[in-house]
Amino acid sequence: MSNISKPAGSRSVGKTVGSFLANNSVPIMFILICAVCIPLSGFSLDYLLNEIITRLGRNAFLILSLLIPIMAGMGLNFGMTLGAMAGEIALIFVSDWQIWGIPGVILAMIVSVPFSVLLGLFCGKIMNMAKGREMITSYIISFFINGVYQLIVLYMMGSVIPIAHSSIKLPRGYGIRNTVGLLNMRQCIDNLLAIRVGGVKIPALTLLIIVLMCLLIIWFRRTKLGQDMRAVGQDMQVARDAGIKVERTRIISIIISTVLAGFGMILYLQNIGNLSTYSAHSQVGMFCIAALLVGGASVDRASIGNVFLGVILFHLMFIVAPQAGAKITGDSMIGEYFRVFVSYGVITIALIMYEMKKRRQKANIGEQLALAQKEEVQHEQ
Amino acid sequence: MKEKLKDFIASFGLPRLIISGFLLALFILSPIVGADLPMQISNVINRFSWNAVLVLAMVPMVHSGCGLNFGLPLGIVAGLLGGTLSLEFGFTGPMSFLMAVIIATPFAMLFGGGYGWLLNRIKGGEMMIATYVGFSSVSFMCMMWLLLPYHKADMVWGLSGKGLRTTISLEGYYDKALSNFLQINIGKISIPVGALLLFAVLAFAMWAFLHTKTGTAMTAVGSNPTFAKAAGIQVDKIRMLSVMMSTWLGAVGILVYEQGFGFIQLYNAPFYMALPAVSAILIGGATVNKASIMNVILGTFLFQGIVTMTPTVMNNMIHMDMSEVIRMIASNGMILYALTRKTEVRR
Amino acid sequence: MSQSAPLLEMKNIQKDFFGNQVLTDINLTLREGEVLGLVGENGAGKSTLMKILFGMDVIRDTGGYSGDILLHGQKVEFKTPFEALAAGIGMVHQEFSLIPGFTATENILLNREPKKKSVVSEIFGDRLDTLNRKEMTEKSEKAIEKMGVHIDGSMVIHDMPVGHKQFTEIARELSKDQLKLLILDEPTAVLTEKEAEALLASIRGMAARGIAVIFITHRLQEILDVCDKVVVMRDGYVVQDVPAKDTGITEITRWMVGRSVDSAAKADIRDNPDAPIALSIRKLWVDMPGETVRNVNLDVREGEILGIGGLAGQGKLGIPNGIMGLYEAGGEVTLRGKKIPLNQPRACLDASMAFVSEDRRGVGLLLDETLEWNIAFPAMQIQNKFLKNYLGGLVKWRDEKAIHDITQRYIDELAIKCTSSKQKAKELSGGNQQKVCLAKAFALEPGFLFVSEPTRGIDVGAKALVLEALKKFNRESGVTIVMISSELEELRQTCDRIAIVSGGRVAGILPATESAEQFGLLMVSQVV
Repeated sequence: MSNISKPAGSRSVGKTVGSFLANNSVPIMFILICAVCIPLSGFSLDYLLNEIITRLGRNAFLILSLLIPIMAGMGLNFGMTLGAMAGEIALIFVSDWQIWGIPGVILAMIVSVPFSVLLGLFCGKIMNMAKGREMITSYIISFFINGVYQLIVLYMMGSVIPIAHSSIKLPRGYGIRNTVGLLNMRQCIDNLLAIRVGGVKIPALTLLIIVLMCLLIIWFRRTKLGQDMRAVGQDMQVARDAGIKVERTRIISIIISTVLAGFGMILYLQNIGNLSTYSAHSQVGMFCIAALLVGGASVDRASIGNVFLGVILFHLMFIVAPQAGAKITGDSMIGEYFRVFVSYGVITIALIMYEMKKRRQKANIGEQLALAQKEEVQHEQ
Repeated sequence: MKEKLKDFIASFGLPRLIISGFLLALFILSPIVGADLPMQISNVINRFSWNAVLVLAMVPMVHSGCGLNFGLPLGIVAGLLGGTLSLEFGFTGPMSFLMAVIIATPFAMLFGGGYGWLLNRIKGGEMMIATYVGFSSVSFMCMMWLLLPYHKADMVWGLSGKGLRTTISLEGYYDKALSNFLQINIGKISIPVGALLLFAVLAFAMWAFLHTKTGTAMTAVGSNPTFAKAAGIQVDKIRMLSVMMSTWLGAVGILVYEQGFGFIQLYNAPFYMALPAVSAILIGGATVNKASIMNVILGTFLFQGIVTMTPTVMNNMIHMDMSEVIRMIASNGMILYALTRKTEVRR
Repeated sequence: MSQSAPLLEMKNIQKDFFGNQVLTDINLTLREGEVLGLVGENGAGKSTLMKILFGMDVIRDTGGYSGDILLHGQKVEFKTPFEALAAGIGMVHQEFSLIPGFTATENILLNREPKKKSVVSEIFGDRLDTLNRKEMTEKSEKAIEKMGVHIDGSMVIHDMPVGHKQFTEIARELSKDQLKLLILDEPTAVLTEKEAEALLASIRGMAARGIAVIFITHRLQEILDVCDKVVVMRDGYVVQDVPAKDTGITEITRWMVGRSVDSAAKADIRDNPDAPIALSIRKLWVDMPGETVRNVNLDVREGEILGIGGLAGQGKLGIPNGIMGLYEAGGEVTLRGKKIPLNQPRACLDASMAFVSEDRRGVGLLLDETLEWNIAFPAMQIQNKFLKNYLGGLVKWRDEKAIHDITQRYIDELAIKCTSSKQKAKELSGGNQQKVCLAKAFALEPGFLFVSEPTRGIDVGAKALVLEALKKFNRESGVTIVMISSELEELRQTCDRIAIVSGGRVAGILPATESAEQFGLLMVSQVV
């Protein structure tokens, strides 16, 4: 039997380097872009470090929420926007109740949970009805729920749902203003236990929360539920035959993702310090997904390392691109458009690579068989 | 009787029934709440004439099994290039429209060819990738509108003298180039015969194409690609053709839209233009892999009817303009419904 | 041997699929530690019987079965495979049921992982227990040891050779403590010779531990090597139930293919050795999953009906699918002296070859379109039939009337039961769908026709009609036909000569008048 059990044996070093480059082409490309743009932008190292750490604290949690659906084979969860909306609704309530500071943030998180669970359940159920095209479906769901969100926030809050404080209401008496100020909870978590190293502020508590979240995800992967999700993600039919409740497991993974996205959005907004009621969530999904992909993740595989590398590289590009663009072309808008283009481009490339890989695997099996048979035929001649 | 009703609902689709009922209610309510009905009807007809070609652009790709063309913005970009270049080259009046279409054509063929080549490599994952191909192309063009050497004074930013404006007025160019052609006015109702005529010609051409040998092959490829392959059809070639047709129709569609609207909208404007067209054809009764000209006409009418009627009727009724929200929920709900209807495409 | 009730008894099992009797009066007994070899041609009813025993959904969905299954003398009726599993029955299917990215250990214990409780799981439920990796490794090692064939528990499935995947599946069943009866459905088909030997040894080991095994295979020598008794099935009956030591390969083969009344082949069989060669196949290989063809050489004579028979999975279906360009193929194919390029469906069709696929729904039909489209489509696309030319041939317009006429003609000729020629293909019964597929090929007016499994899944009446239509087409139009079928009997009734494919190669060609036993021997001669 030993003669057949060496499928992946002797590979040359050159090939290994080649495959390393191929597998990490996106992060490498971004390192190159940043390497070119950083000197052009003329930003100081201190400034860049400060910005990166701020953005790490702001975004990492949101991006972590994407990991679990990828594990469950449901692809990039464009429906994380749903969680963001749940977080925003919670923040609107909390600011109406005038509970500020850290208690406000914690309360908002608690309030967001029922909304997130409900939305996650809806999203998961729909995605179970559209197996094989989860991504486009979750993407459309985010638009659909955005409509419902506007219906609630713009028309029902203040008229049907009691909102006490007129400061957050539109002048017409119902509906929420375009911007809800969160000044009283601005960076309350970031500033608590913050450490300054040189000119760089490190929001220790926020980073601690993110580290805890990572540990939680690592722990989760080792649970029975995590194992089931991985099984469901790789082959639904086999998992079902083994008695795993496939649909339920998929729904749970989406619910977890939505709840985490809700928390992530609250952390994000406490850092920003105000809530753009109708637009804050609209781009969040796209930027988080792009960042994760920049970190080297793909549609079916993502790690915690991808999250951090992704946040750093993507946001570095985000910070330096406008300045660098202005230097090169003399127009600051170019850089703005460039970074949007890069975000979309990265997602497009990741999706294409994923689909092509799926097809190539099938073709590979065929090629191997053909080769083996060709050899046999030649032998017999 | 009850069974019959159930059958009817099942075949027609509950969401479609709700939307048709809603539009009917709007028409009935409109005079009651004091809205100007003839004006409304005129609006619906006009908006129909602006949008119908964009919806028609869905048909070829649906027929060849490439799914709903979420990548419509790619065609729109080709159309925008045609429009802006036609102006840049100094064409005016209705002539500028004709030239816009002619200039847009090679771009549409080129983009469509590349896009089709790509879609042939990722069969089964078309819709998501189409969406992002559309987005990428629009965001790429955002840079290009700034960088390309356009010079015409009424198109570029006044201060710097370069870079196209976000909105370009078409007055003196192809504003209403089709709508005013043979326009009929009956009381307050004005019918843009020219625009409708162009749509009719394109729709007829599409209908006729689907009755030719190649058109038949296209439908078969969409219905069962393996069957088509076994019958000697070059599946990839047919799919590529369908993508090029869709892209070209998207280009012409945006030009028709602009001539009605009166402005060219650049930069971020084309981002979400695919969604209304997608939901319109679905409302018209198409599914992810079947669509007819009738679906296009009915769908555009229903969709545009709701978009134009809701604001006025709602405003007159409850003094609350919820039209945007209703449009969002209805159109995206319709797409969701269609996506969950059909299971994976047979291979 | 214990004197108590046997481990498994099946009494008077009957099963029909919508009036089509597939199992009649099956009786089986199996004691602990006994190995039973179950053999029979495809369609003999082996897999249906196992599905009944394993409580598969399709049995209930198609109206259940009659008769009794007794485990240790207790009557049981499994509603789901899970109930069968709980009762100690394990089954290793022909298709792998493994998670590709998991290790062997993870697969062996899939959804039965040993777990550790924690505070979180006390509150949120046991799905949040963490996996006990150490115990998992121990358990899987124990199962692998039980099997007696060593595989690496920490190896990821998708890096494994196929044989190891098969062993992982077996180890999974063995890891179940309650396992009393293991069903192995053609487990050696994917194994190398050495691996197969190891498997046989491990079957003996299991039997020694008191586990009963039902072993399904086409490799008869294996049956003789390892089984205590042999049960031969044919046409839904158990025709023999004998101790393995009292029989031999020849005898088993005769039981498998022999008919009670050996219906003589039809009188009008023609065997004309002087006829010119119509199609010549040399060194053909085809990569069709599950039907691999290796190095096939075959000559088809002008004007004959050549049958290609053989057991499932031996490659007979790969031959037409490869030649017609539906699966990747290599080798040389010459039609009437002209070389046919491979992997180009269009080239074959242009050379006036036509193909009726065995996969009616997947390849043969446009299910959502009308009969008219289905029948006229290939002829329209390939031969420009049923088209009206306008503008000097620039516009090729579908000629609806011509399409309607041709469809109506075939509806009448082949007696296709439908409401009209505009009916959707998916609304027809299997037999009528098959006739549509034939009509599609006839409309091409081919000079050479491949027909693959023309009677699969259709009822007896329709079968006769379809075969008759084929014969008539051959005899009246002189078209050479190659017909591929799993049913030897129908080949013998329809064809002039029959080639038997075994192990992806042509094992032999015999005139249809030859005895069934001879064909049977060829069928199992080179089984892989």
